[in-house]
Amino acid sequence: MSKQKDFVKFENVDKSYDGKVLVVKDLQLDIAEGEFITMLGPSGSGKTTCLMMLAGFETPTNGEIYLGGKAISSIPPHKRGIGMVFQNYALFPHMTVYENLAFPLRVRKIPKDEADKKIDKALSMVSLQGFASRMPGQLSGGQQQRVAVARSLVFDPQLVLMDEPLGALDKNLRESMQYEIKHIHESIGVTVVYVTHDQSEALTMSNRIAVFNDGKVQQLSSPDELYEKPVNSFVAEFIGENNTFNGEVSDLSGDKCKVKLANAEIIANPISVKSKGDRTKVSLRPERALINPKDKMDNIHNGKIEEVIYHGDHTRVRINLLGNPEFILKVPNSSANLDIKLGNEIKIGWNSQDARALDPK
Amino acid sequence: MSSETKQILTTDGIPLEVSLKKAERKNKIKAFLLVAPLLFFLIITYVFPIGDMLFRSVDDKMVTQMLPKTFKAMENWDGQELPEEEVFAAFHEDFIKLVEDKREGKLSTQLNYTKNGFKSIIKKLRRKSKSFEEGNYKEQIMSVHKRWADVEYWRAIQRRAPEFTGQKYLKGMDMYVNEEGKIVSVDEDRRIHRVLWLRTLEIAFFVTVFCFLMAYPIAHLLATLPMKYSNLLMICVLLPFWTSLLVRTASWMILLQQQGIVNDFFVGIGLVADDNRPEMMYNKTGSYVAMTQILLPFMVLPLYSVMKTISPSLMRAGKSLGGTPFVAFWKVYFPLTIPGIGAGCLLVFILAIGYYITPALVGGASGTLISNQIAFHMKSTLDWSFASAMGLMLLSGVLVIYWLYNKIVGIDNIKLG
Repeated sequence: MSKQKDFVKFENVDKSYDGKVLVVKDLQLDIAEGEFITMLGPSGSGKTTCLMMLAGFETPTNGEIYLGGKAISSIPPHKRGIGMVFQNYALFPHMTVYENLAFPLRVRKIPKDEADKKIDKALSMVSLQGFASRMPGQLSGGQQQRVAVARSLVFDPQLVLMDEPLGALDKNLRESMQYEIKHIHESIGVTVVYVTHDQSEALTMSNRIAVFNDGKVQQLSSPDELYEKPVNSFVAEFIGENNTFNGEVSDLSGDKCKVKLANAEIIANPISVKSKGDRTKVSLRPERALINPKDKMDNIHNGKIEEVIYHGDHTRVRINLLGNPEFILKVPNSSANLDIKLGNEIKIGWNSQDARALDPK
Repeated sequence: MSSETKQILTTDGIPLEVSLKKAERKNKIKAFLLVAPLLFFLIITYVFPIGDMLFRSVDDKMVTQMLPKTFKAMENWDGQELPEEEVFAAFHEDFIKLVEDKREGKLSTQLNYTKNGFKSIIKKLRRKSKSFEEGNYKEQIMSVHKRWADVEYWRAIQRRAPEFTGQKYLKGMDMYVNEEGKIVSVDEDRRIHRVLWLRTLEIAFFVTVFCFLMAYPIAHLLATLPMKYSNLLMICVLLPFWTSLLVRTASWMILLQQQGIVNDFFVGIGLVADDNRPEMMYNKTGSYVAMTQILLPFMVLPLYSVMKTISPSLMRAGKSLGGTPFVAFWKVYFPLTIPGIGAGCLLVFILAIGYYITPALVGGASGTLISNQIAFHMKSTLDWSFASAMGLMLLSGVLVIYWLYNKIVGIDNIKLG
């Protein structure tokens, strides 16, 4: 079977709860079969609403959602055959783990021996064999989470939705669960739509990430592209750390532009500036700026070290640079020989290719 | 680490264990002193009255003490034929003493409970006894009234000899100990209590069912509506609580009477003919309607408090896993509300089984309950021991229901909030 490119398709979807404000605006989104796609965004950005529309708990105000080529807006949730993992797991507290997993199979009238096999398989997938007779209340948060994942997969759905499933777990457990879910996805090839507001979670797990803000998809691309090549300043600021310079385009030619700051000028990569005189926000990742660069770089400026914070594997250095007192540098721990001391003047350099001139916002 | 534990000492040299115990004892005393007022209050207002009630319901010392010599003389009497002169003489001696103390009226009341017809013959005996001559009391007493010559009446007196009796309980179930000392039911046309017990159970049961059917959707709505609407609805549910019970019952009387608002409405829309208005009050219907309305909050509140804790994502999970809305409700939501259902039903049933004012006002003859009968004996016949016996029967009935509930559902599975 060939993989469908637009297995899930949002077509011009609008959603409004009160008839005044659109929570989701004209959403266009194609999700390929077998893909792990993450909807990432701050709270209130419309990502959960999109998920709920896909699951069938909300109906689009306008537009249509297609699943496997079929319009599903008029299909009730229980007939969509979509697995779902909820924020608080939503395990049935009065049923054992076995009964929780048997629920979707029983309503589908799957014979008991076949159901037992499926339940065994699902439990071993999340390495919870031997927990079948426990009640959810007797399990730890991480175990409950795995049961919820197993339950959403036990009836072999083609699509699984996950609504911030790791939100309630502590940091270490969250990280190991991220890998676990990623591996499960890789091994069974199910399509996953994952909602989170945690960017590192999104970057670790997804094939593609849709960054939501203000009811719109700001950027839809692979994690590395999202991080390296943000298309607007919201994405640049939302994903990862970011140094910014506000200025005005003074010269624009080919793949370079000059940006005039309050008292200096830098060279940047024009992404969303169109002409001379445009206001712009230049975005630069902290790890792309170097101290005392050996190679030739087209931006080299002097700055004063304001703060040094030791982070173990790296040191964060806050520098007052070109009128921006919040300029952050990440210095790997190996370069201890460098002259990083509070109050020192140092040279900082970066390539204009990495300084992206985006919308001013 | 060595397995031998060294005794740990506090700074002033006392072993830690000892000083810990001391501190704990202090806390225990403090805790007890805090609950002591309530304990004292409970003993005075609850344990003591119930104990007194239990005692009253079986206490039969009054007659025993009024006729001490008679009962002593009766010890040798086999009850087959009229007793010997010795018994009559003893009875006369006791009776004269009672007349001197002006207590013969009480005796007649008491004996009348056992057998009808004692009142008049004791009155007559008092009058005639003034002119009795000494000796041969048997003849003289028997000549007062023919009932004094009836062995049945002497047996009735003998039955009152024991200090304690369970006959009030038997009477509560329309049974009595007959002349042969066997427990038998009273004649069919004189049975009133059994009907009342059954009616009490029936009305309590159906009121519970009606309350449940009405409260479940309300509680669900309360638990799921947005705050601003649910608060308003909650006030509507609680409003009856803030109104006097009497006022609420009286307003039902206004609504339900034959010339009342509900009947006017039915006639107005042509549902019933004006000259054939249904009676909705002074019968069971009145009791059902008014009691259901009054007890409804007791069902809504426990249900609401339980439903409030059920996450809406559970129903969603049920649906997303393929359950139809009904399956999701029945398999997921409903089982989780059982603790609330149990609490609400138990509460309403127990309250309904002992309900008094409402059935007394709107129940009429066919809608009164056992509690009205208890009140009747408390206030009108002054047969307090019988009222106590029925009260205790009611109490044990409630305990049995509680026990059954515990067996079937489990009492720790109850949730009031």
